[in-house]
Amino acid sequence: MGRSDYHSDASPTRLTLHHDRAQIDDAQHRLADSLRQAGYGETACFAVRLAVEEALANAFNHGHADAPDEPVVFSFHVNADRVEIEVEDQGPGYCPDEVPDPTVDENLESLSGRGLVLMRAYMTQVDVIPPGNRVRMVYVAGG
Amino acid sequence: MAPAASRLRVEEHQGIVRIEFIDRNILDEANIQQIGDEISEIIDTQPQPKLLISFRNVDHLSSAALGTLITINHKIRGKDGQLRLADIDPQIHEIFVITKLNKLFHIHDNSEHALESFS
Repeated sequence: MGRSDYHSDASPTRLTLHHDRAQIDDAQHRLADSLRQAGYGETACFAVRLAVEEALANAFNHGHADAPDEPVVFSFHVNADRVEIEVEDQGPGYCPDEVPDPTVDENLESLSGRGLVLMRAYMTQVDVIPPGNRVRMVYVAGG
Repeated sequence: MAPAASRLRVEEHQGIVRIEFIDRNILDEANIQQIGDEISEIIDTQPQPKLLISFRNVDHLSSAALGTLITINHKIRGKDGQLRLADIDPQIHEIFVITKLNKLFHIHDNSEHALESFS
């Protein structure tokens, strides 16, 4: 089935995840299954998986740095022509403009701060919603 | 409690330590921590470490793993050693290009070329 033949369910899938590898892997598998059913290829699956991995890592490691037991809400909606993803933590949020650019020479050896760079590179659109505890990402097929 | 199984395949030949990852996905933070610890132990045993890390089996890699590689690079440089990366799948190599870490690391197409590059 090609993407043009695919019609998704109307409502997004919404999962509540704890900082647990098995839960994260299960969520990633569900998303990958949806992508494949919708006809997305391996390049798209790789891109979306990486972006989700980084968004969840940011949510758990930074958003919930002081609350490791709190869950993160992960939702996705797969259509034939676009994939919409949201990750929301319960932390205070952050301002993405205040994260030093890890790709400039003086920060190249920084140990962190690359998650958002990768999300922006692999997804068509990435918005950090104020106060900064929710990231919304869109992958557009062929975009 | 039994120690965790190694996440690395390690072989040494003519003073060069070649490391491969057991995991195809280097995403889990606990595993990344263990990988970092295991490689650090190897570095500690070498007076002037020469390490080749092969990504032959790796399908996915997170930014947390990149942070660990930077730490490893720093430790090796601190002992005046050399680090080479090789056998990186094109999709994974793209991650190094996007983050511009291809400027920091010595990356070779394959292990043979990497081995030849050690001085």
